[in-house]
Amino acid sequence: MSAVAEMPIAAPAARKAGNWLLVATVILLSVWVLLPIYLLMVNALSSPEEVTAFPKRFFPSFDFGSLSFFINFAGVGRALWNSVLVATLTMILSIGFGAPAGYALSRFDFPGKGTFRFLVLMTRAFPLPLLALPLAVMFIRTGLDDTAIGLALVHTTLALPFAVLITFSLFSGIPVELEEAAWTLGCTRLQAFRKVILPLALPGIAASAVFAFTISWNEVFAAAVLTIENRTLTAFLLQSLGESPLYLKFAGGAALVIPALIFIFAVRKYLFAMWGIANR
Amino acid sequence: MAEIAIKQVAKRFGGFTALHSIDLTIADQEFMVLLGASGCGKTTLLRIVAGLETPSQGEVWIGGRRVDHLPPRDRGIAMVFQNYAVFPHLTVFENIAFGLRMKKLPQQEVERRVTRTAELMHIEQLLKRYSGQLSGGQRQRVAVARALAMEPDVILMDEPLSNLDALLRLEMRAELKGVLAASKTTTIYVTHDQVEAMSLADRIAVMHQGRIVQAASPVEVYRNPAARFVGSFIGNPPMNCIPATKTGNGSWTVAGLTLPGPKSDKHRIEFAIRPEDVDAGDEGLHATVRVVEPLGPHTLVTCDVEGGLFRAILESSAAIAVGDHLRLAPKADRIRWFDPETTNAL
Repeated sequence: MSAVAEMPIAAPAARKAGNWLLVATVILLSVWVLLPIYLLMVNALSSPEEVTAFPKRFFPSFDFGSLSFFINFAGVGRALWNSVLVATLTMILSIGFGAPAGYALSRFDFPGKGTFRFLVLMTRAFPLPLLALPLAVMFIRTGLDDTAIGLALVHTTLALPFAVLITFSLFSGIPVELEEAAWTLGCTRLQAFRKVILPLALPGIAASAVFAFTISWNEVFAAAVLTIENRTLTAFLLQSLGESPLYLKFAGGAALVIPALIFIFAVRKYLFAMWGIANR
Repeated sequence: MAEIAIKQVAKRFGGFTALHSIDLTIADQEFMVLLGASGCGKTTLLRIVAGLETPSQGEVWIGGRRVDHLPPRDRGIAMVFQNYAVFPHLTVFENIAFGLRMKKLPQQEVERRVTRTAELMHIEQLLKRYSGQLSGGQRQRVAVARALAMEPDVILMDEPLSNLDALLRLEMRAELKGVLAASKTTTIYVTHDQVEAMSLADRIAVMHQGRIVQAASPVEVYRNPAARFVGSFIGNPPMNCIPATKTGNGSWTVAGLTLPGPKSDKHRIEFAIRPEDVDAGDEGLHATVRVVEPLGPHTLVTCDVEGGLFRAILESSAAIAVGDHLRLAPKADRIRWFDPETTNAL
């Protein structure tokens, strides 16, 4: 309390209350996000016996019993491989279509540009469960069901709007004069893009690719509906949640969350750029 | 040898006409300045010559070759941009070498040219740096060096000095003039700064609302403005324009003074004179002093003449006070006359 007493009397009470509110909100939100991750970590890094025991340890025992059981669990390796495969395909498709669209949005004026940007965003407003049944029927008819490319296509529709918007803001941040200077110095449009724009945009494009990867990695609904044999890790865990022991769930949860967390942390500044906050 | 010919070039953006049928020929090795206020179309014209903008109609010829359908890289031009456009991911050396590498010149020749132009622009100690480590003035030098290294037929400059501070601008202006004269290229230089235009140009094309009002040498543009706009845009303070009334065939009365002038069937025309081309004396325009500003070498006197503002630059020795009645005698050979409707010179 002495710290409070020493504060200058001039500080308005309202502002102090505001500060407290801010701090409390920050703490609440942090706990909201961090507590589940903490519990997940503690349990994933404990031995199977400790997971079911009570009281809980505050620090994990760093016993890799649960994790090694999970890795050796039948089907996990294959599901992990499927997840990586689908996420990689999603990443390639999202950037392959998203980056050119982002470039076109930032550099060219065409009729319906505003509408197009809006529609890109609106695709995210479509609830996936609504599409799942017709999609499943269509996929079975075309033979795309239960394949990595089929699922990657669905995940691409989820990741594409973000890829377009991130690369749009990225290309918009690169002055058009740099490109024009390259043209006057002997470049074709494609050469100017490759030699000037691409090197400057590459970190952001990589970030956007990682984000697409993460979206696919985390997606569970479409994966569960559209695959049977070739399940991704999320779908596999969802399916086996009922019959598997508690420590397996924790280990699987950790295996899903950690890569996603690391990826998002690595590319966070480019994700801020997407929402128009300065790209620092 | 690169003469530039612009033939009936027009540019429309939707319903807005940025350029109305421009005709302009720029001689080989000439330094042509496009001068005008912002939005007059001067940058658009430059970008059409560069190939960064397509004309809605008309032709552009460089060195006897029609180029308006060619991309920028096939036109034999180099351009310096207002914001310099130095590539941030390349060193100064690689920036200057960029165009040379595109031409696939041998490494030895690339190094020779980069070193030579870097020395010319006094940036040889910066070759290993990136654009982020340079000041505005240094970036400007890199941009000019990059253009010069191409050894182009034509250099196009879009307000290259406008982002520099005043002192640096003065310094770069003199340097640019020397370097470009030595390089023997044809230059088109866009600016809104009349002092820059006067000091650099072999010829100035004054642009207004998408048209070239006058294209002539700096002294000609200053002394014999083709229209009232040129007289008021060039010169600081601008040219004075006051109404003149017909008193006979080729004789006009201006603020109590009768002067010989052009023969015209109009009843009223405009009399125009530069502020420095009047002397205070016993005979002349009737003027009432409103403001006196001693500027050292001379005194700027703002007066009322015929109910309008009239600025005169007088010798600083003259004792003039606010409220004085003066007679300002115009130098006969410096008087110009404008048609009040077309605003063109008579």
